[in-house]
Amino acid sequence: MIEEKFDAIVVGAGPSGNAAAYTMAKEGLKVLQLERGEYPGSKNVQGAILYADALEKIIPDFREDAPLERHVIEQRLWTMDDTSYVGMHYRSDDFNEERPNRYTIIRAQFDKWFSGKVREAGVVLLCETTVTELLRDTQGRVIGVRTDREGGTAFADVVILGEGVNGLVGQRSGLRPELKPETVALAVKEMHFLPREVIESRFNLKGNEGAVIEAMGTITDGMTGTGFIYTNQESISIGIGCIVSDFAESGRTPYGLLEAFKRHPSVRPLLEGSECKEYAAHLIPEGGYNAMPELFGDGWIVVGDAGQFVNAVHREGSNLAMTTGRVAGETVVWLKRRREVASKANLAEYQRRLEATFVMKDLKKYRRIPDFLHRNKQFFGVYPKLLSAAAQTWFRVDGVDKRAKEKQIFQSFREGRTLPGLIGDALKLARSWR
Amino acid sequence: MMNTTEVGAAPKAPPVKVEERLFQNRYLVDAGRPHIKIKPHAEPSKALMALTHLCPAGCYSLNDKGQVEAVVDGCVECGTCRVLTAKTGEVEWNYPRGGFGVLFKFG
Repeated sequence: MIEEKFDAIVVGAGPSGNAAAYTMAKEGLKVLQLERGEYPGSKNVQGAILYADALEKIIPDFREDAPLERHVIEQRLWTMDDTSYVGMHYRSDDFNEERPNRYTIIRAQFDKWFSGKVREAGVVLLCETTVTELLRDTQGRVIGVRTDREGGTAFADVVILGEGVNGLVGQRSGLRPELKPETVALAVKEMHFLPREVIESRFNLKGNEGAVIEAMGTITDGMTGTGFIYTNQESISIGIGCIVSDFAESGRTPYGLLEAFKRHPSVRPLLEGSECKEYAAHLIPEGGYNAMPELFGDGWIVVGDAGQFVNAVHREGSNLAMTTGRVAGETVVWLKRRREVASKANLAEYQRRLEATFVMKDLKKYRRIPDFLHRNKQFFGVYPKLLSAAAQTWFRVDGVDKRAKEKQIFQSFREGRTLPGLIGDALKLARSWR
Repeated sequence: MMNTTEVGAAPKAPPVKVEERLFQNRYLVDAGRPHIKIKPHAEPSKALMALTHLCPAGCYSLNDKGQVEAVVDGCVECGTCRVLTAKTGEVEWNYPRGGFGVLFKFG
């Protein structure tokens, strides 16, 4: 395909692959990037929220021309039952700052922009090119890739795999095991268009201010999962995701679940009159630290979703992707400068550097959480219902005295979950969170 | 009175047609070269059966012989079917050829 040998080949043009390719090309390395989609972003799906910090460390002035939708000034966390939600909202004018912290984005547009920067930095990008396997030398060292193009091989000192959650290349080359239905979530999402003034009045926003909602409760029908509603300039992203094995057992369809979420009395007015222009689905690796595969080997490094770099509790992924991509790129540049080969021993530097960042620290901190949430479905069904009922008892004025109401609430929790159950849940949660 | 006895029983949404959603999407179909194939089977496994409701694009259905069939033109390439049937190996899953398949305008 291409005769010359590259310093690095990057598989995938999502946030992790783009971060890696950009970082290396900026330092003068010869980089080939391969993307199976017609254009970068055409296969990519995310909520989506962009965390400025991770991108600033790669492109400090990204705000000048990146396609950003709204900066987030309000975060709403909803615990829902069938007719209500109990909300924790945090809104602050402090988020109306010169360099906002979080933005909503539309991935197909954002990825195209990021890819433009990557190509400006000197990366050779080939789209519509699916990598089919890794090429190895007689010692088993990865030396390049084969693609589905005619005569489609390419060679490099190191291959960076930013191939996403469905990382077939790495899986089929035995670099990592297949995903497990228990540690991966299936999310479906729709893009609903509305005039921007309508969005702003419904969400109490002005200008480019944005609000985002993360929701849990009976909307997932007893499954481990969450829903989300994000405001873009002229559209609302709405989606819901649950663990694949839960979906398999439940008999529910993902689109049926999303439809029910959209029909919830608290959600429906937000979408009223909107036009849906796209329906997408994607897997999210939610196994966390304990599901993390080997991150490097002789001639290869894995970055982003392919390496399970997602913090499911905080709904963070793209920032981990960009950070792992950047650190992988920096490691390769560092080795190149020292004229050292990309051997497994030398690439261990990648993991050492990651350990010093929030990526590994956060994933380690929450290593028990994915399993905890999967095994303790009361947090998605029983508790949201109890919480909502308690709030209703508390706020409804009906002649019942307050002491009696307190008693009634306490009694409902004891009946709904039993006293040992309540204490056990509190302890388990504390232990997992630690 | 508070209702805490019906915990776990949420109302089911009315049946939803996924075709109406997929019709919004853009695809470049690689005619005659489906990227997903189901291996011949007499009786589908539990996992393969689950795909008839789990596939977010509704690609899987049961035929009158009790076997699961797939029409993957509307596939959104999420990989759920591959992950769920990895153990039984009933689904042969590859990415579409470069450039083919779903094209997300928004993602």
